[in-house]
Amino acid sequence: MFDVSLQSLAAQLLVGLINGCFYAMLSMGLAIIFGLLNIINFAHGAQFMVAAFLAWMGFAQLPLLLGPAYQINFWVALILAPIIVGALGVLLEKTLLKRLYHLDHLYGLLLTFGVSLVLEGAFRHFYGISGVSYGPPELLQGGVDLGFMYLPLYRGFVVVASIVICLATWYLFEKTKLGALLRAGTENPKLLQAFGVNIPLMITLTYGFGVGLAALAGVMATPIMQVNPLMGANLLNIVFAVVVIGGLGSIMGAIVSGLALGILEGLTKLLYPEASTVVVFVIMAVVLLTRPAGLFGKEK
Amino acid sequence: MKLKGFALGLAACASLPSLAQVSDDVVKIGVLNDLSGIYSDLSGQGSVTAARLAIEEMGGKVLGKPVELVFADHQNKPDVAANLARGWFDQGKVDMVTDFPTTSTALAVMEIAKQKNRVVMPSSGLATSILGEKCTPLTAQWTTNTYALAAGTARALVKEGKKSWYFITADYTFGHSLEKDASEVVKAEQGTVVGASRHPFPGSDFSSFLLKAQASKADVIALANAGNDTVNAIKQANEYGISRKQVVAPLLTYISDVHSIGLDKAQGMYLSEAFYWDYDEKSRAWARKFFERQKRMPTAAQAGVYSATLNYLKAVEAAGTDEAKAVMAQLRKMTINDAVIRNGKLREDGALVHDMLLLQVKAPAESKAPWDYYKVKAVLKGADVYPPINPACQIASK
Repeated sequence: MFDVSLQSLAAQLLVGLINGCFYAMLSMGLAIIFGLLNIINFAHGAQFMVAAFLAWMGFAQLPLLLGPAYQINFWVALILAPIIVGALGVLLEKTLLKRLYHLDHLYGLLLTFGVSLVLEGAFRHFYGISGVSYGPPELLQGGVDLGFMYLPLYRGFVVVASIVICLATWYLFEKTKLGALLRAGTENPKLLQAFGVNIPLMITLTYGFGVGLAALAGVMATPIMQVNPLMGANLLNIVFAVVVIGGLGSIMGAIVSGLALGILEGLTKLLYPEASTVVVFVIMAVVLLTRPAGLFGKEK
Repeated sequence: MKLKGFALGLAACASLPSLAQVSDDVVKIGVLNDLSGIYSDLSGQGSVTAARLAIEEMGGKVLGKPVELVFADHQNKPDVAANLARGWFDQGKVDMVTDFPTTSTALAVMEIAKQKNRVVMPSSGLATSILGEKCTPLTAQWTTNTYALAAGTARALVKEGKKSWYFITADYTFGHSLEKDASEVVKAEQGTVVGASRHPFPGSDFSSFLLKAQASKADVIALANAGNDTVNAIKQANEYGISRKQVVAPLLTYISDVHSIGLDKAQGMYLSEAFYWDYDEKSRAWARKFFERQKRMPTAAQAGVYSATLNYLKAVEAAGTDEAKAVMAQLRKMTINDAVIRNGKLREDGALVHDMLLLQVKAPAESKAPWDYYKVKAVLKGADVYPPINPACQIASK
């Protein structure tokens, strides 16, 4: 069972890192939203999926409707889809979510869960459950032989891009004035409002930003995964576990535990694949028992 | 004299019901499948349309009684399926239930149908466990099963010299069943199985398993999974450039899967199917009717629902009753030849043994029209690809 060559070990670690990048990006969005809004955003997976579909629609369907000049390529989709999905998130926050802040966590969870079911149902109705296929952009087709494995260029791009995005977000929230305000808003919103900061606007934009991060991950996932209505729901379980392990609301916690768990999951797939779905949850249980606030979380 | 003739006529009328007995004065077909989940493309609403086409073909009537159709979503859960079927049998006047894209749901309903004396005809429930210990005399696994699918593809590839096999298997009953059936065939043909990876179900990233399969240097990477798992595995095998050096062989592929992967990534793959719409004039004519309603070409599972419904109704007509045992006896007497099934004979254990198709996915340039996806490489005789009767099936051995 453990007779593993160094080559395949290296390959699996890299593959785990790639998955970890998606976990990190998704759980970071969740952590940001939870940190400021106290909402457990169950629609995160559906928003990830909607962005993936938007990227495909812009590439494959828009040219059929409006003519080939209107084809939206991957790079443009990478910017447009998060803006559109983020705006939809703002709309959701403005109309529905904001009515729930004074209630228990459970209501926000139920609302966002309902939203995700509606979105998944709608896309299933129009595109079926098997979904559609979308290839990597021309620039990133093919791959490089690393000696121990053949790395598709696109997957290499995913690793670099998502680490950049994660660090930039971390910098924004932890090292800038805006970030300081946001963190202050988490601690004591009433006091901050007394200083003249527009807290409701800040909350709305934060939700939009968190959702936009999910959308960005969604577009980045399209060349790797089949675009189908359940693609986000399948990932979301793990991502929630990642957030809990990292510490609810902690950005660095989400990034580090996302990457680490991706790698750990990859190792489990190599050594004992049957356990690969369970391993994340076992770790979650252990972390909750020993550090209830998560690895990077602060006890309140 | 006149009176005598009248009496005779009366007697004849009175005796009619005993000749043609239809319970509740209606023959009712139930389509029980996945209308909203992962198997809704391969079965779903398309199967309902297929059953409707079969009923229309019979003129909406058998033995002078109307034929009706009901359908419901079993959500791939055996308990949900059992409750729905029980309601259909007890209050809904349903005589036959078909489809079942997850075998466990079929097994649950088979048990109830046996108690209530109704017919079950799984079209998309494919595991061979239906023909094993839990077999019933009132079941007909109509479209095909995991063994027949695996046998066709595995034999063809081993004969081409692709002798060493690596399996990527969905870690649940169906996947294990597919892996076991295919391994048996590979070994029987002097091939070897060099390894297997069990992946969680459903999975989205298959990179780890694909890299292991690549490192095994096997000639064939067989995918013992279904639906979106197969689609994602094929897509990612392309990404890693694996498909260029090793053969990727999905053991269960519906045309809806190929449609969503796209020919550029699926081209060259071998696969087995019970039905392909573009096989002959009969299949094309029926598929066109289906396409008009559904705007998609039928999958083998959906075509199987049509064939099961049509032949069930024909058997009711010929038996003169909808009593389950009489209909099953009639079905066993018939040779099935329609737009979907060729040279079909229903065996004692409930397997419909019929000719299968070995297909190869076309390259994009070879495809002349939408849904023109396969080349028919061979027609495989039913006797060659179906498994022998399982001794655990008690009704068959009696």
